[in-house]
Amino acid sequence: MRNAILKALDKNSKRTPKELAVMLGYEEEAVRQEITQMEKEHIICGYPTLINWDKTDLERVSAWIEVKVTPQRGQGFDKIAERIYKFDEVESVYLISGEFDLAVMIEGKSMREVANFVSSKLSTLESVLSTSTNFMLKKYKEHGMEIAGVSTEDERMLITP
Amino acid sequence: MRNPLSQKVVGLQPSGIRKFFDLVSEMEDAISLGVGEPDFDTPWHIREEGIYSLEKGRTFYTSNAGLKELKEEISKYLHRHCQVQYQPKDEIMVTVGGSEAIDLALRAMLDPGDEVLLPMPSYVSYLPCVILSDGVPVEIELKEEDQFKLTKEALLAKITPKTKVLVMPFPNNPTGAIMTREDLQEIVEVVIEKDLYVISDEIYSELTYGGQHVSIASFSGMRERTVLINGFSKSFAMTGWRMGYAAAPVLILEQMLKIHQFAIMCAPTTSQYAAVEALRNGEEDVASMREAYDQRRRFLIHELRRIGFEVFEPFGAFYVFPSIKKFGMTSNEFATRLLEEEKVAVVPGTAFGACGEGFLRISYAYSIDSLKIALERIEKFISRLS
Repeated sequence: MRNAILKALDKNSKRTPKELAVMLGYEEEAVRQEITQMEKEHIICGYPTLINWDKTDLERVSAWIEVKVTPQRGQGFDKIAERIYKFDEVESVYLISGEFDLAVMIEGKSMREVANFVSSKLSTLESVLSTSTNFMLKKYKEHGMEIAGVSTEDERMLITP
Repeated sequence: MRNPLSQKVVGLQPSGIRKFFDLVSEMEDAISLGVGEPDFDTPWHIREEGIYSLEKGRTFYTSNAGLKELKEEISKYLHRHCQVQYQPKDEIMVTVGGSEAIDLALRAMLDPGDEVLLPMPSYVSYLPCVILSDGVPVEIELKEEDQFKLTKEALLAKITPKTKVLVMPFPNNPTGAIMTREDLQEIVEVVIEKDLYVISDEIYSELTYGGQHVSIASFSGMRERTVLINGFSKSFAMTGWRMGYAAAPVLILEQMLKIHQFAIMCAPTTSQYAAVEALRNGEEDVASMREAYDQRRRFLIHELRRIGFEVFEPFGAFYVFPSIKKFGMTSNEFATRLLEEEKVAVVPGTAFGACGEGFLRISYAYSIDSLKIALERIEKFISRLS
């Protein structure tokens, strides 16, 4: 039941326990309890909304920054990752394999704001050896959903046998 | 001037769905639950393979029966899913959709006057195809109290010395009914005893919920008397590619192939390459679409019952077939009023045979959110009736 609920919510977090119960074939109360339990266990960590900011008049700039760091004795990368992800500007942080160690997603109001963050906050951290900043120019797909140039038209004929 | 037309063709009734379609297309901003095809796009890796075949310049005819590698994949698929072995070399052919295969099978098997049993309500093309093949269609009325399954008694009641072929349209369009192994067992006994042939249209086989699809061809003694028809339209969301196939013993298949060779030449080459990819790497797509349909199926049944419809629970295809008898209207009146008053298009059951009277076909090849909007309107309509 857990996985079925998670898969359904992953596609649409607005589904109510009642709807989920009908769609998945469980009791409403059981679904409600399971969701509460998963929230407690921090399996479900939140219910954000997927927004195409390009279509709004809000200015937002995102950047993907690769960071090379020196891991600290006894704590590996976790400590330095934490020092980075605690910043409000930081959207997400991943430990990655390859040439760099951490991938950091930054959101800011302007290019200058992001640049400032990188030069004054991020690269000045003692363990940070080098950074490589990539500004996002256009978002095509996120969370498995196509964002740019999506047609919502149903192109099927209205009635077919 | 002489009459240019064949009386046989002129005498065919146009599909009931056609008339209703004309009505719907005049209605602006109507929302439809009347579609008989998936709402999903063909999975990208399959489309990509079609594009690649075009880039490579694979734009020639294939052999009449289809690409060798496609027939081999179909053979493996049928073995995996239906537990029947067919030789790719001479027991499988690729057709232009399942529809062509139905036509070919009937034409290859019927002589004038041969009777063909058609469980009804059913897909609209069986009956005209029988007539065009000079056969005599004999309808078997399926009943809601039998969950629209074909029963031994109903079958026996219609068999005459002239009966040659039984069409088995399960999972069924429009009712969504399926036949389980036990249901099929008693049909198989009759078919063998009465020496009939079966055309089994299993185009919706992948859309079976809460259990595995069982093919009638997998029963002992049935492979040699069955033409098994399937395709890619419903399972892989590939309606526009026009990809179907037939598997049958050589004796029958070589005659079907003869007609296909003269009438069609071969199925579209691009589509055949895409179909190979679908069978090789598409099982997960099928599973995830099936899961989505199943969620909508539960949702739609639940909501229709809540609104006040009597609905038999279908376990196949993507249709529900609710009864509207208690509202005191014919299917056509109900569908027309629903369209005119609330701008929701559903298909009257009578489009699938006279015995569809009293029912509607509602498709759930729509997202839950689209279903919700349509259901709100249907609920408004119903509340005005009572």
